[in-house]
Amino acid sequence: MAFFEGKNMTAGYDNGPDIITSCNLNADRGEIVAILGPNGAGKSTAMKVLLGLLSLKSGNVIIGGEDISKLTTQDRVKKGISFVPQTKNVFSDLTVRENLEVGAFLRMGNIENVIEDIFDLFPILYEKKSQIVGELSGGQRQQVALGRALMMKPSVLMLDEPTAGVSPIVMDELFDHIIKIKKNNVAIIMVEQNAKQALSISDRGYVLVTGKNKFDGSGKDLLNDPEVRRSFLGV
Amino acid sequence: MDFINAIILLLNFTVLPALTYGSQLALGAIFVTLIYGVLRFANFATGDMMSFGTMFAVLLTYYFQSLGINFGILPTALLTIPFAVFFMIFYMLTMDKFVFSYYRIKKSPPVQLAMVSVGVMFITQAIIRIVIGPSDRRFLDGEKFILKAKEFKEITGLNEGLTIKSTQILTIFITIIVVSIMFWFLNKTKTGKSMRAYSDNEDLALLSGIDPKKIVLITWTIAGILATIGGILYGLDKSYRPFVYFNNMLPIFAAAIVGGIGKPYGAFLGGYVIAFAEIFLTYAYKKFFIYILPDSLEPSSLVQLLSTDYKFAISFSILVIVLLFRPSGIFEGKKI
Repeated sequence: MAFFEGKNMTAGYDNGPDIITSCNLNADRGEIVAILGPNGAGKSTAMKVLLGLLSLKSGNVIIGGEDISKLTTQDRVKKGISFVPQTKNVFSDLTVRENLEVGAFLRMGNIENVIEDIFDLFPILYEKKSQIVGELSGGQRQQVALGRALMMKPSVLMLDEPTAGVSPIVMDELFDHIIKIKKNNVAIIMVEQNAKQALSISDRGYVLVTGKNKFDGSGKDLLNDPEVRRSFLGV
Repeated sequence: MDFINAIILLLNFTVLPALTYGSQLALGAIFVTLIYGVLRFANFATGDMMSFGTMFAVLLTYYFQSLGINFGILPTALLTIPFAVFFMIFYMLTMDKFVFSYYRIKKSPPVQLAMVSVGVMFITQAIIRIVIGPSDRRFLDGEKFILKAKEFKEITGLNEGLTIKSTQILTIFITIIVVSIMFWFLNKTKTGKSMRAYSDNEDLALLSGIDPKKIVLITWTIAGILATIGGILYGLDKSYRPFVYFNNMLPIFAAAIVGGIGKPYGAFLGGYVIAFAEIFLTYAYKKFFIYILPDSLEPSSLVQLLSTDYKFAISFSILVIVLLFRPSGIFEGKKI
């Protein structure tokens, strides 16, 4: 059984149709899992359900053997699930350092060494630590967003399109950072538009179509699967 | 010598009153901006909430005086601040619990909350009317002047006198202390940082484990302190006429918007911008020009740009100009 698991998840908005049906996703610590699929496949919805921003109609969300399906988002965050939204994922009026501090509010005790770790991981943030985040470039902001999410020492990190709207060079840099984060024994689940690049750094991937699991397998297998290549990777 | 007289004249009739009035506006404007930034609505009950807090200070001052308690040369009202603040915060939290929280949990649009605050304004006005009535009250005691015009003339031998009222110095001094403590709190403490984070990006603040209930509580507490102290200082300096506070809402909102709404330091600065504009534009410069110009050029009129009756028109004009040309204010606050 995987560390973090969404089992047979069915959910939709209010009384509307189900966006995801019997969807299964899981991730172990120290693993990068990519969720891919065409627009409207329910990737973001699946992530919202895992996070508790949207409630389940049926199914379960389990972390470390504990069923957290009924918990609120705030309580799930306390269980060690950290989330980086696609947009508005930093406090743009606060400095870099303050962003990191806010990220650690759930942790008690000394946060200085954790901040040091984040600065080691993202050296650019150390240089810009006193700068207002709103003044940073897109790629640097994404690093702040990742840094903030890592401050609570999460066991699960969920990323919603971490490379949306950044240049290809910055994208490679961000993926490098994500690989580094994985080494800290964190389960990383990410939704990505850049399917090929995402699969190349992922241990496993899921392809969702109309809210159902269509394909899954290791990153490499999915990359080489002719049907996946044809329908989703555009090659 | 005439030049020094001219400077003293301006200092006495414009700079000192503007600094005082600006400090009073600044406290109100920070209150508006905090509520707007954190609770996300324009609080139209601002003026009357300030009046409400001051009402307690007035009543308690009378009570203390009847007991024979005083604060020496300082106004007794200063002793009542902690109690008045306590009642004010209690009132604000009650209003929040029974009125605002319902709309906040429903996630009503800001306009609806603003309308709700108009309702709270009427309730507050009614309570004030019942408890203390609308009449003018003076509650300043202790030493009224630090420096009298006559003394100043005797010391310096100048024609112009400089009057420093104790309320002016107290206002400026207390404002600086209160505002410094507030900025220290917002910038250095964990709670202050969570307040700023919540104001900046509510969803992300919730994802970072910030408790919104605590933020709301702290915001009303700080707002209560600012409203009460601002109101008391204004009442000591002028006099306590409950419904004048309602009129002050225009310059207070103008100050908050000029500074960039949602930015406390903007509101602080905005208070002085509005106060100086109001006073400089309505001051009659005749005497000033008599001092600095040769006799042949002596002005025959009052050289007053606008009558003091147009004081509020100035705040209103500044408000409109800022909204037209720089809607985010001096410090890039939230766009309106």
